[in-house]
Amino acid sequence: MNTSVLRPAAPRSPAPTRDPAWLARVFWTGAALVLLWPLAVATEFRPWTLLEAQNLKVTRQFLSGFWPPAIEPEFVGMLAREAWRTVAIATAGMTLALLLAIPMTLMATSVLSVSALSGRMARLPFWGRQVLRWTLIVLRSVPELVWALVFVRVVGLGPTAGVLAIALTYAGMLGKVYGEILESGEPHATQTLLRNGSSRLQAFFYGLMPQNAAELTSYTVYRWECAIRSSVVLGFVGAGGLGQQMDNSMKMFKGDEVLSILIVFVALVALADRVSAGLRKALG
Amino acid sequence: MNPSTRTDPQIEPPSRRSAVRCFGVGVLGLVVASFWSLDLQWAQFLSLNAARSMGRFVGEFFPPDTSPVFLERVALATWETLAMSLLGTLLAAAFGLALALPASRQHEADAAWMRAPTRLVLNALRSVPELVWAGLLLIAAGLGPFAGTLALALHTTGVLGRLFAEAVENAPPGPAAALRAQGIGRLRVFLYATLPQVLPQLMSYTLYRWENNIRAAAILGVVGAGGLGQLLSFHMGLFHMGKTATILGAMLLLVGLVDALSHAARRAMTR
Repeated sequence: MNTSVLRPAAPRSPAPTRDPAWLARVFWTGAALVLLWPLAVATEFRPWTLLEAQNLKVTRQFLSGFWPPAIEPEFVGMLAREAWRTVAIATAGMTLALLLAIPMTLMATSVLSVSALSGRMARLPFWGRQVLRWTLIVLRSVPELVWALVFVRVVGLGPTAGVLAIALTYAGMLGKVYGEILESGEPHATQTLLRNGSSRLQAFFYGLMPQNAAELTSYTVYRWECAIRSSVVLGFVGAGGLGQQMDNSMKMFKGDEVLSILIVFVALVALADRVSAGLRKALG
Repeated sequence: MNPSTRTDPQIEPPSRRSAVRCFGVGVLGLVVASFWSLDLQWAQFLSLNAARSMGRFVGEFFPPDTSPVFLERVALATWETLAMSLLGTLLAAAFGLALALPASRQHEADAAWMRAPTRLVLNALRSVPELVWAGLLLIAAGLGPFAGTLALALHTTGVLGRLFAEAVENAPPGPAAALRAQGIGRLRVFLYATLPQVLPQLMSYTLYRWENNIRAAAILGVVGAGGLGQLLSFHMGLFHMGKTATILGAMLLLVGLVDALSHAARRAMTR
């Protein structure tokens, strides 16, 4: 028997001690850095200015004013009231957004289309639905801060502007995602109901809702949590709540108040996050 | 003889029914309390006077200002906003990746004592909205897009760091376990085993955050962080409604463009 066949062949070259693809990786990293250069110029990206002596002094003064945080009872009481106000603005805004989004979703979704049952949707319903979808896209694309700026000029400072801004933007977001959820489900039950003569609302409640209720509710609860964060941001342009308090304190350079408000805000967001996660787990 | 399932109380467990009922009552209570405690000026908003003044207000937006001088300024601000969002998102992806390794548990027996503090830092970065970061950073970085870029980078680091850490933890453990069995160190196991596995998902998350950041970058300028937002708040403050309309149109176009690019890139990656 020829034993040389059983001996393992000697390795032709030693195993590489360096990354075999290092040249390509270094080249592409260099190319990426070169492409980043115009971006850095456009954004005036000069991180070394953060360490300039004058900037450091101003930063140190600003940061030293942060500690200790303001904990006077009346200030903390006011913060608690403003935190409730922030939640109230978010909830009221979401309620109005739902009132707007649900009818628009029902009208815009192609699952409830009677003319599409025969294969191809008729021209008029198709374009009607497209118009509604584009309306939802426009509502979604305008940043809510811009809506708030406009409404503050029309209805004045206060929570109304914030509620309306959240209502319009979130109606667009909810409408789009509701439409996606409804269209991604199993259409057989709904189509059967429609073919057998049920009205569209009946087909929705008995065909689409049981399938998708958990997902729809889960997304709505997630968006409510986002609305709380939005309403703090909207406070910066005068819509009331924690954001407006933070804007006032920042403008007066009262670092201790800013830190208190930041702590309350982070705690509020964490609480809403916990509640939202718990609800979504219980529902879905 | 089959009992009617419609009247069979065992079909739906009673605990779930009462939970749904409790949830419904809670939500209704919250909604009613919200509307009642806020001093919403419904009369002021829904009156005929308000409708007329709103109509007048909207009418001032047309015609939008399209003079070449102003369009050039808007184009420059658009480029600044786009650059802010790109650079901020890229920095956040880099920092998030750096923080994802300590924030994740590599395998079952991993002590991962850095996990809890790193997650706390990431949550703190994530909870503060970009606008608040920009307001705070204006002191250190001055007015202009630099503060906006840093604000976007800080907030998005929190978001991406947490998403990246979760992706790393949920990656299939085979290749990493094979390298660890050979005695390779933690960092190299991450770079050569886990990272190639999760890289498409990480890039998808980054592109998705870019869509969000372009909207945030557009409005950061309202506190002075440059770009379209600064131009918008300047002209809105002076009631130049025609110019405001042009800026709003530019914002919508920019957001739509970035949404389309991001969607196309994500589809190309998952093909």
